[in-house]
Amino acid sequence: MNPPDDAPMADLAIREAPPAFAAPWHAQAFAMAVTLNETGAFSWKSWSEALGAELKSGRYEDSEDGYYTAWLTVLENMLCDIAVTDPSELAERKNAWDRAARATPHGQPIVLSDG
Amino acid sequence: MSEDYKTQHGHTHDHSKLSDVELRVRTLESLLIEKGYVEPKALDRLIETYETRIGPRNGARVVARAWVDPDYRQSLRDDATAAIASLGFSGRQGEHMIAVENTDDVHNLVVCTLCSCYPWPVLGVPPTWYKSPAYRSRAVIDPRSVLREFGVEVAETKKVRVWDSTSEVRYLVIPQRPDGTENLSEESLADLVTRDSMIGVGLALTPETAQ
Repeated sequence: MNPPDDAPMADLAIREAPPAFAAPWHAQAFAMAVTLNETGAFSWKSWSEALGAELKSGRYEDSEDGYYTAWLTVLENMLCDIAVTDPSELAERKNAWDRAARATPHGQPIVLSDG
Repeated sequence: MSEDYKTQHGHTHDHSKLSDVELRVRTLESLLIEKGYVEPKALDRLIETYETRIGPRNGARVVARAWVDPDYRQSLRDDATAAIASLGFSGRQGEHMIAVENTDDVHNLVVCTLCSCYPWPVLGVPPTWYKSPAYRSRAVIDPRSVLREFGVEVAETKKVRVWDSTSEVRYLVIPQRPDGTENLSEESLADLVTRDSMIGVGLALTPETAQ
């Protein structure tokens, strides 16, 4: 097994407080799925099955980034399935965020100019 | 990089750039907020909860209580979901908790072969290796060699039981109480209970190894 950064050998040193999330976007993706489940958008069973299938596809690297990328893909797919959004709306909004980021001076909060 | 280069190309370096996944997260978040599916404050609160209040210390308190209080141990056997909730830890994904006890005859190991189902209320979010394809497949096929890699040697005479978590059922291993801890308080006992010991890939620390 490939020893990851929190391998058992390192466990004694970090057992008090390993950070829950390695990157803010992991936490945000996690929180959106958990909140949507809690508000009834989808069941945790269907979520787990979809995530299991996505991870099995072999498209993701064996890391926290890889895991949460699969998580994010499942979230997008499920939201399209239940018609909360659709692929073209996602693509359009993503472009808008990309443009907004590139137009924002470093260190300033990135905001969308129009909704 | 020279000062000239920076000045010349300053416009490209002085602006922000979000990675593909960051853009996708912002995309979803902004759409979900606009459409009223989530509230920004609720997301922040949930993240903060997982960062500060939900983690293996919760599980350690359950284990330490089970070690000192036979009635509590019995209630864990009877209905772990309720017994764990009585200490203030409950699942929000509707999962059912089962506590599996290590004994002189049995060592328990927990995995999720499907994805990453894990007892969040008592252990927080799972470590990287728990989500890895290697652990998920090998824990079932050859648990003893996986345990050895984690530094746990289980006697051949001892049975190793592997529990496969699902979205509906999550397992918490109750490790064996280390010898020589008869005089320790419940709180000091909880310090001996590691995350790994509650997944079954470790043992509880002894007062010596905890130093």
